[in-house]
This record gives sequence, C-alpha cells and structure tokens, in this order.
Amino acid sequence: MAALRREGRRFAPLISPRSITAVRSSPIAPTHEDEGPIGVRYISTQVVRNRMKSVKNIQKITKAMKMVAASKLRAVQSKTENSRGLWQPFTALLGDLPSVDVKKSVVVTISSDKGLCGGINSTSVKISKGIHKLNSGPEKETKYVVLGEKAKAQLIRDSKKDIELIITELQKNALNYTQVSVLADEILKNVEFDALRIVFNKFHSVVSFVPTVSTVLSPEIVEREAESGGKLGDLDNYEVEGGETKGEILQNLAEFQFSCVMFNAVLENACSEQGARMSAMDSSSRNAGDMLDRLTLTYNRTRQASITTELIEIISGASALEG
Amino acid sequence: MLRRAMGLLARPVAAARARSFSTDLPAAQTADSTFVEAWNKVMPNMDPPKTPLSFMQPRPATPSSIPSKLTVNFVLPYASELTTKEVDMVIVPATTGQMGVLPGHVATITELKPGVLSVHKGNETTKYFISSGFVFIHANSFADIIAVEAVPLDQIDANLVQKGLAEFTQKLSSATTDLEKAEAQIGIDVHSALNSALTG
Repeated sequence: MAALRREGRRFAPLISPRSITAVRSSPIAPTHEDEGPIGVRYISTQVVRNRMKSVKNIQKITKAMKMVAASKLRAVQSKTENSRGLWQPFTALLGDLPSVDVKKSVVVTISSDKGLCGGINSTSVKISKGIHKLNSGPEKETKYVVLGEKAKAQLIRDSKKDIELIITELQKNALNYTQVSVLADEILKNVEFDALRIVFNKFHSVVSFVPTVSTVLSPEIVEREAESGGKLGDLDNYEVEGGETKGEILQNLAEFQFSCVMFNAVLENACSEQGARMSAMDSSSRNAGDMLDRLTLTYNRTRQASITTELIEIISGASALEG
Repeated sequence: MLRRAMGLLARPVAAARARSFSTDLPAAQTADSTFVEAWNKVMPNMDPPKTPLSFMQPRPATPSSIPSKLTVNFVLPYASELTTKEVDMVIVPATTGQMGVLPGHVATITELKPGVLSVHKGNETTKYFISSGFVFIHANSFADIIAVEAVPLDQIDANLVQKGLAEFTQKLSSATTDLEKAEAQIGIDVHSALNSALTG
C-alpha cells in the first residue's frame, strides 16, 4: 500500500539496474518513455491508467450503441419482412431487366444519414458508380438521385454535376408508405428518366447485407420492350381494363411500382444499416476489450517492476549500511 | 481495416448462405446473364449487385387445362394479407365496376377504385374495404392484388364515415383551386364508397 502511494507521487526516476525487460516489450513504449539518468527506461503508470480509463469508456459507449442498434433493428425488421411481398407481383408481371438499353437512366442511391455502420454506404456508392459506368456511352446519360447524407458526401466529390436530387433526414420520423410515396412523387415529377435503378442493401441477416439493384422502367420503354418481344413479350397478352387508354394505365402502373419498390428498398436499407452498425459496434467493443487486457498487463508489469526496484534499493541501501 | 475484412468475409458467406434462407428462395433464373457479363467487363473487381430476379418466388407456368382454384396474393405495404391462398373466386372493385375473377380468367391488368374486395372460398366470404391499387391476373390463374390500405368491413365506424362525407362535401363546395377541388372530390369518392360498402 505504502509502495503504491509513493509510486504515485514520484516524479524523478530513481536509479535502478536494467533488469526491467518487461517494460521494453510494452506496446506503448516509444512515446511515453521517461528516460532517467544512466539510460533507465520505464513507463509512467499514470499514463497507462489514463489510457485504460479512456478505452474502458469507449467500450461502454460502443456496447450501448450496439444495444440501441439491436432494438432499432427489431423494430424495423418486422416492417421490412411484411413489405417484402410488395414488389413481387410487379416483378412477376413486368420481369426484371437490369440490362435494358436506355438513353436516360437515373440511379437512385439509398444510404444512411448517420455513420459508424460499417461498409454498407461505400458499397452502395461503388455499385452506383459501376452502374453509371455500365450505362455510359454515346447518347446515353446517367443521373443520380441521392438519399442519405453518407452517399451525398461521397458522390458530391466527383460526380457533382450528375446529381439531380439530394434527399436527407429520411428517418427522422418512422418510415411509412405515405412518406415514401410523396418522395417517389417528387422524384417522378422532377427527373426525366427511361429507367430508374434503385441501389440499396438488401437485408438477409444480421451479418449479411447484399447490395441489390431494382429496375423500374418508364411506360414508354415498357411498351417498346413488349413490342420487341423478349422477356416482356407476353405483356401484350394482358388485357388492360379501365381508363381511357392503355398508356394511362401503364403510366399509373409504373408510378405505383416505383413507390412500392422504393418503400421496400428504403426499409431494407434501414434494416441493413442497423445490422451493420450492430456488428461494427460489436467488433469495436471487442477490440476495446482486447486493448484493455493488454494495457492491464502492461500496467501490472510496470507497477511490479517499480515495486521491485524500490525493494532492491532499500535492501541494497540497508546492506550497504550494515556493510 | 477490420471492418473491410468483415465485409469481405460477409459476402462469400452471404452468397453461400443466400440459398438456405427460407424467406428468399432462388428462382429458376437467378440472374440476368447479360447484366452480369456487362458488369464484369466494366467493374471486374466487384461482385455484381443482385437483382430482384434472384429473390423471386418462382411462379408456375400456364397449365393446359383451367385449374380448379384461383391462387390469390393480396399484399399491402405493411403486410401481406393473403399469400398464395387458393380460393374459388374474388370480386374486385375495378374502376369499371365490380369485377369477378374465376380460375381461368383472361390475363388482365386493372386499376382499382376504393371499394369492397370479397374473397370467396367454399361457403365463407371475407370482405375488405380497399383504397385503390392494382390487380394483375395472370394466365396461370394467379391473381396479385396490390392495395395501399385494406380494412375488414367490421372495423369501419359508420358515424365517422357520415361525418367524413359531410366534411368533404362541404370542402368541395368551398374549394377554390383545382387541387383543393380534386382533393375534396377524392375524399367524397372514398367516403361514399365506404358508405355503400357498409350498407350494401
């Protein structure tokens, strides 16, 4: 006890033999060395203790963030699973043509507003850029509609002139269909498109998020593909009832399809974001725990070394007196 | 660095695991091959993104004879009310009037107006009030009904319907702009449909 108290108040290093090999193997050695006279090297325990305190706080914070993400995930996950049936009828009717050749394609990138969620936003942005490259060519142009701060930050850096609309703070209120359909309406009104490609992370499980792209075609392109045969060839066999013209119904259909697919995409991305945040915070707490263990070992070794030093001094002093 | 390693680990695991999830079964055609090829040419270092085709439940082909039952999928944004339920008949409120759908109905795409959807199976009938949507009837006797809102009829309060109708009629008479008139008209349409649903 007395040794610990003395050690805390010590400033000048005492002379002691260089048998403290433990100190040299410490991970924090170079920067926090106190070099005493005759080249003695050891680390001040105060520094190690401060570091341990901050690492412990970080561990607590990341653990709490993981709990929060887990509870948010539970809330969104049930909604997402219920909305999965929404896009299936449209794909059953209109098929899925990601490789359709169009003049104007618009890439809708869905990302999160907050960070610390692993690599999902960078993956979405990379895929969006890939699709942009895929659809570039003579007479073809690709524009972006960005949802979420993180994708905005990344895309504004090099594709600023290609961005048509930026929408942020999507998750301020709980996600619901009305909000998303208003959003879809805005996009449809302001952006001209032949094909809309929605890029998002589909939620498979808490550890796996699959980047996905859903394609929604404008009614003119649907007509064109139906006439030319191929995958949409049997669309002509469908009788279209109601409305003045077939075109009007197809227009409504395309808009409805877009809002439904957007709703599912936004929910899946929100789920993926919470899941990714959970695993990021989990690995972060684990790393903090590992670091804390290593620091504790260093701390104990340093403490024991300094106690040993003191004892040696005392004993050698005493034996010198006895002479 | 650790995060990217985790991401790299997750993707092959996901690709291997994707088959075994019961919620998303692969279809017979799991990916659009032209898309995958074009992607690999442009971005050889990244896996191509998945498309909805890989997550679709496969649909059966058109049978040669008319099947005895109609398979109905009734979906809403926040729930799937009926998934592949085999019924005898459904009556949908199309914009052109009530339309009955039996097995073997010709393939149709119809828009719906606010009204009553009734599902007949054997002797029992379930009625829902839906607020517009679409119905796709496929040649293989599959019917997809997509609505924005649906409530079973017994959950509708008649007093609130009357009040709403009166409110919107009053709004229509006091409406100035076209937008307000259209909104009031929609309100009146929905409430009068609700009214007739309750009485009829």
